[in-house]
Amino acid sequence: MKAFAQLIKTIDSTNKTNLKVEALADYFQQVSDEDKVWTIAILSHRRPPRPVNTTLIREYASELANIPLWLFEESYHIVGDLAETIALVVPDSQQETEKSLTQYLEEMLALKKESDEVKKEYLVSNWKKLNYYERFVFTKLITGGFRIGVSQKLMTRALAKSTGIDEEVLAFKLMGNWNPNKISFQELILEENEADYLSKPYPFYLAYAIEDQPNDLGDPKDWLAEHKWDGIRSQVIIRKNQLFVWSRGEELVTDKYPEFEDFVGKLPNGIVLDGEILAYPNNEIGSFKDLQTRIGRKTVSKKLLEKTPVILKVYDILEYEGKDIRKKSFVDRRRILDQLHADFKDEISVFHLSEIMKFSAWDEMAKERENAREIKSEGLMIKRKNSTYGVGRKKGDWWKWKSDPFSIDAVLTYAMRGHGRRSNLFTDYTFGLWDDEHKELVTFAKAYSGLTDKEFKSLDAWIKKHTLERFGPVRSVEPYHVFEIAFEGIAESKRHKSGVATRFPRISRWRNDKKMGEANTLEDLKAMIPK
Amino acid sequence: MKTPLLAFNSKGIYCEAADVYIDAWKPVDKVIISHGHADHSRWGHQKYITHHDNVPIVKHRLGEVNIESKAYGESFTINNVKFSLHPAGHIIGSAQVRVEHKGEVWVFSGDYKDEADGVCTPFEAVPCHTFITECTFGLPAFKWKPQAEVFEEINQWWKQNQADGRTSVLFGYSLGKAQRLLKHLNPEIGKIYTHGAIENMTEVLRSLVDFPPTHLITRETTKVELNGNLVLAPPSAHGGTWIRKMTPYVTASASGWMTFRGARRRRAIDKGFVLSDHCDWNGLINSIKATGCEKVICTHGYTDIFAKYLRELGYDARTEKTQYEENED
Ligand SMILES: [Zn+2]
Ligand SMILES: [Zn+2]
Repeated sequence: MKAFAQLIKTIDSTNKTNLKVEALADYFQQVSDEDKVWTIAILSHRRPPRPVNTTLIREYASELANIPLWLFEESYHIVGDLAETIALVVPDSQQETEKSLTQYLEEMLALKKESDEVKKEYLVSNWKKLNYYERFVFTKLITGGFRIGVSQKLMTRALAKSTGIDEEVLAFKLMGNWNPNKISFQELILEENEADYLSKPYPFYLAYAIEDQPNDLGDPKDWLAEHKWDGIRSQVIIRKNQLFVWSRGEELVTDKYPEFEDFVGKLPNGIVLDGEILAYPNNEIGSFKDLQTRIGRKTVSKKLLEKTPVILKVYDILEYEGKDIRKKSFVDRRRILDQLHADFKDEISVFHLSEIMKFSAWDEMAKERENAREIKSEGLMIKRKNSTYGVGRKKGDWWKWKSDPFSIDAVLTYAMRGHGRRSNLFTDYTFGLWDDEHKELVTFAKAYSGLTDKEFKSLDAWIKKHTLERFGPVRSVEPYHVFEIAFEGIAESKRHKSGVATRFPRISRWRNDKKMGEANTLEDLKAMIPK
Repeated sequence: MKTPLLAFNSKGIYCEAADVYIDAWKPVDKVIISHGHADHSRWGHQKYITHHDNVPIVKHRLGEVNIESKAYGESFTINNVKFSLHPAGHIIGSAQVRVEHKGEVWVFSGDYKDEADGVCTPFEAVPCHTFITECTFGLPAFKWKPQAEVFEEINQWWKQNQADGRTSVLFGYSLGKAQRLLKHLNPEIGKIYTHGAIENMTEVLRSLVDFPPTHLITRETTKVELNGNLVLAPPSAHGGTWIRKMTPYVTASASGWMTFRGARRRRAIDKGFVLSDHCDWNGLINSIKATGCEKVICTHGYTDIFAKYLRELGYDARTEKTQYEENED
């Protein structure tokens, strides 16, 4: 545990990626093989199930810190992270422990079935004997969600550095379902194991966003475009007459999409398709909202299958005739895919192709992008004709050029304190639009990102002077300031007071030039909902 | 209801009986100033009263103003109200303001910390009936380590950077934090360079405190001579072009806010040292207890939360709005 806590501390002491990778690589050289496996598991989000529920954890921590629960909760709200809050408020220890990371994780696995008293005793006694970073790491392992500024990609790079195994090979080995409690470092990383490869997907290749215009990508003739579909990016694998469906989150979701069994026995074995799972009600592409009715379900009822069937809109082919073809050019891969689609589309109704579009000028492409919303696409994907299929997010060959967000002018109505450094500032805002009939502001969205530090500061000072009422950490403020709010998607919603739900709302700019009466109305917003 | 001895109005904290303000945020005729930070000593008052050691700071920041100065513990009377200044331990020349009238005693803390920092006169609790306290770090998440430990870490960090062939850039407010850092950096490790804002302020304070020598960074300063040495800079210098001269460099910030892991990341700083010129949670509570007061008024910081907790401890505690900065470190 000491070494792991020290690693997190070192990573916390630098913003430089190469120093983080170095620290990790050093760490992998130092620790035992079983600690390595657990570290890989934790950093690739394969944490053990949470052994104690967080309500109890909070109670125990506030008791040990000798503060009332409400004060613990307020602190948690401001710090923003439960493990960090606990590590900060409980008294500091002068004791030491030599227990390894693996020992700790094995204890946590065993803890789940214990009584509340045993759990409490376990947590409290450990909090008492760990120093700040160890306490933080220990609690983080208990509460889960280990995000510490090291992506899986960086971890893989460090592992490559310390083992000498190629980074891409490692990424492949680390995919899929494996249990850190059952697998050895030898089996996971060092051994070549054919059987494991049957279900293994390839690391996804991800595109970078084009912020402005694609013009500096050079000659449009070197590029192909497709629509960017708003579903679940997935790999569909057919090997030895078995189907495996992987989502981008590296989750095996085969059972959720029984429609795809249709691929098996028809498509030749040794095929991996990269595509987007899309809802397809009434024989047309549905919205992401439609698809959500399928995502949450473990078992899919016949009724749901009829109401919201899915298709696979295929972008690419990564394996063919049992061979990894990612190093072939995009055009060559698409040629294979197109032929496959032509041969099987009538037999396999879920097999859809993402159509390729060629453009001779960038502004033609821009026109196509403007139509994206009408066909329920999010914008365009631009891929270099001769590009290979890469690993992870890489700049250069694949770009996404999303549709411009929706935007509307709204009035600031409520403000709430931010987290961490900004915990003294009011940085979480609620915005309203005018209800013309009742001449009042109706809340339509919450947003926090999008202002500069300077703007935050000046708005914060204004809020403190123009508070109408306080409700805990929230204040209502005088309606006065107008902001342009951008968002990605819009749909009707019964759960929202406004009757409208927006996706990813954020502040795009402060409309100092507008008076509150000039903000938009709820009717304006509703008019944006695609029919 | 009788008028309180000190009231919070639109211009500042007002003592009606004496017709004098304390740390006013709008221009007034007569003001008693707790310390030299910009939000407490503002421009435009007719007459300033403050501690001797704060005079050079105020003059440096505001130019020639009408100013009268006092020693700690020296009492003076304005319209039958008795005033005196007492060490606040926040920065050089910082004072708490004690106000006594008809047997009632109020103390305004200004900004304060209860740990002796080796630079300014240490904080002294002043017995009173009503204590007006800041609570910038009034949350149980804030706990400071003894400064000796923090300075040990800072000097170690500098040494390590030097061994790695990098320049150490350390951020701290130019008044207060910078001098406290300077006082405790180990000049045997290397040279200490300064940003202009810090150099000027430190120069003003050299007549009051002994500091190690510093070297102002100028246009002529080269990367080569900076390498392995330490640069003291105000937080505002981060992100500008000025800092490129230090390449290869490592950045750190010394502030109470560095308690939060996210604070360091959000400000794109490599290393955070938790070091503050304000009280931590226990410091606030202990100081309030030590005054023996019954009533507490919480001004800037986590006022609502802190006042609520004080009420649970049995104090008659409330909050008042002021225009002091809540983001000082
Ligand atoms: Zn101050
Ligand atoms: Zn202050």
